Amino acid sequence: MTTNKQGTIEKIFVHQKEIIDEWLHEQFAALSARQDLISELDLRRQSTEFLALFTPACSTDNLTDITQSEWKPVLDFLGSVSRSRAIQGFSPSETATFVFSLKQPLFARLRQEVGADAVLLANELWNTTVLIDKLGLYTTEVYQKSREEIIKHQQAEMLELSTPVVKLWEGILAVPLIGTLDSVRTQVVMENLLQSIVDTGSSFAIVDITGVPTVDTMVAQHLLKTVSAAKLMGANCIISGIRPQIAESMVHLGLEFSDVVTKATLADALVYALRQMGFVINKPA
Amino acid sequence: MDHIPIIKVGEFLLVSIQVDMHDRLAMRLQDDLTTQLIKTRAQGVLIDISSLDIVDSFIGRMIGNIASMMSILGAETVVVGMRPAVAITIVELGLSLSNVRTALNVDKGIGLLRVLVNSIGNEGSRHDNYQK
Repeated sequence: MTTNKQGTIEKIFVHQKEIIDEWLHEQFAALSARQDLISELDLRRQSTEFLALFTPACSTDNLTDITQSEWKPVLDFLGSVSRSRAIQGFSPSETATFVFSLKQPLFARLRQEVGADAVLLANELWNTTVLIDKLGLYTTEVYQKSREEIIKHQQAEMLELSTPVVKLWEGILAVPLIGTLDSVRTQVVMENLLQSIVDTGSSFAIVDITGVPTVDTMVAQHLLKTVSAAKLMGANCIISGIRPQIAESMVHLGLEFSDVVTKATLADALVYALRQMGFVINKPA
Repeated sequence: MDHIPIIKVGEFLLVSIQVDMHDRLAMRLQDDLTTQLIKTRAQGVLIDISSLDIVDSFIGRMIGNIASMMSILGAETVVVGMRPAVAITIVELGLSLSNVRTALNVDKGIGLLRVLVNSIGNEGSRHDNYQK
């Protein structure tokens, strides 16, 4: 790949002001719908800052390998822009547009400067395209990474939120499960439940699955694991909150919670547990 | 320690496992328990494993085996005080221990044994599902 014909790119950056104006114009055309997310002032500031870093990096001999040290400040800045856009709610293509829309003004300048020399113009256009494409792909990569970080963070929060063990009565615990059960959550639920059984000395544990959207073979297996573990500890387990559709789909799938007491609602399960403990529930006349 | 003491309490045998079980100790316990059960004509066996914090598939199966042996000899077995980590391990190992009755602590275990033994005495049937 040819390196930069010394001077051509530098020459066009003499017109920095015009480039920025044209570039901003391009960006606004592309982002017309997203004015709510970023103000013109911010966009101008980001663009100016980017060009200030981009220009010195272009004046080095290296226009092809952006992993080299002279491109580090540019990449760092692009990274921070992509991350902030990912958080603000831009789409990946909108984020990449930030860099890609620089092509048009740059090409226009190049044509002005070296338009007479067709071979040189073709070379320069090719170099610039390759460079901008690489930078654009880099923003997408960073965008993707920051999205993944957000997802991971939210998953961790969900895990903390979604596994409370509540005491309904002396000796009766309940675990209201919300969301799909996967192996990680099952582990957390199991540990929490078993520890609470030990701590409170409860002999009944009600696992309420009202908030579990679907029960497939996987979820059923995880539920059974939890129930068996609680049984081994010496607590009786009741599964409650089985919605009509879930009961139907379980039968169709051939699933059954053999030798586990199941009840339709948490209330039924509580009454059952109280009766088993020898309580009598009545209303004074 | 080369064997685990077996204590007779009323009509039950009480075994408290206070040390890490190794395989030979487990085999020895099986022999001792069967012999003692015949000798004392006990009705039930209570195994306290609250101090046991490591369980492998062998020990897990041994617990199940003991319960089956006692059942053949006409006595009930209740395992009490299983730790959460041990329970999770046993489930993850795929051992269901469905023939083993469990209780939270020795106190509740003795209560359960009484109920089990009495219901056998009264009804003459061993196939009851009484959990309390």
